[in-house]
Amino acid sequence: MLNIIIYITLGFMFTGIFFSALRFVLGPTAADRTVALDTLTTIAMALLVLLSFVYKRFIYIDVALVYGVLGFIGVLVIARYLEGAL
Amino acid sequence: MIYYLILILFLLLLMIGAAVYSVVQKDLLYAVIGTGLISLVLSILFLLLQAPDVALTEAAIGVALTTIVFIITIRNTVRHEDEEKNRRTLPNQPTK
Amino acid sequence: MNDILDIFGMILLLIGGIFLFLGGLGIFRMPDTYNRLQAGTKATTLGGMSVILSVGILEPGWFIKTLVLVIFIALSNPISSHALAHANYKRGNKPFLKGGPEYDQYRKTFEQEGKETEENTNEKVKEEETA
Repeated sequence: MLNIIIYITLGFMFTGIFFSALRFVLGPTAADRTVALDTLTTIAMALLVLLSFVYKRFIYIDVALVYGVLGFIGVLVIARYLEGAL
Repeated sequence: MIYYLILILFLLLLMIGAAVYSVVQKDLLYAVIGTGLISLVLSILFLLLQAPDVALTEAAIGVALTTIVFIITIRNTVRHEDEEKNRRTLPNQPTK
Repeated sequence: MNDILDIFGMILLLIGGIFLFLGGLGIFRMPDTYNRLQAGTKATTLGGMSVILSVGILEPGWFIKTLVLVIFIALSNPISSHALAHANYKRGNKPFLKGGPEYDQYRKTFEQEGKETEENTNEKVKEEETA
């Protein structure tokens, strides 16, 4: 039961990653691409935690923790550059 | 187990696509965002291939540091790649 | 007791997956940058939070660390989305509004802020000149 639900959730997540990557390629402006990158960062955090649950290793959560601390800094720097205030 | 192999294949294709995109792109800001996408996907791949320490380093370096350094570089130089200016000319060839 | 917690965790996991998928779909289908920002940030925040919390419920020893992760998502995601929307507005990309530009309620505040910052800089320049 749990295995099937994990498979379904992983399928949903990878479909979301696919659509976000499509917007990343198609997006007309730089802000659209940055939004796609932000979305991909959050989906990747959830994916890393779920994969650490699948492999049953407690250490793997640290990678997601580093993403949570550092992931938004890149988006913030790009936004400041687009604003012209860096 | 074949399910995870398909996921790894999908992530590999996505990473290669992002790399090709960021090499071909003429606007350098888009190329920098593409570099962020590469390191994001690469970190998930390292975790799927059971190397969490490498994934940790990749997440710390690739997402934050590389983006900041490249954005500061673009701020100090130019954003759009100029083809006419950067074309290589042989020394004996007369320039137009 | 344990079975009830397991079923609750599974339902939360499925809800999180559905919301992550909806975030990806919205970022692909929406017509405007602001709409894309809305779909891509809010839905994804809810989805990521429920997936991480469900892992904490299914494996009770990990609950503290997953709670820390949820707090990080709740703090860092609105910051980045706010910075992106502000930067996009400042670049001149006005939102698409059906009723015309007078429905843009942020414009007046934005113009006033711009004037105030200009006045401040002018005053600073004057002070430097007089000094």
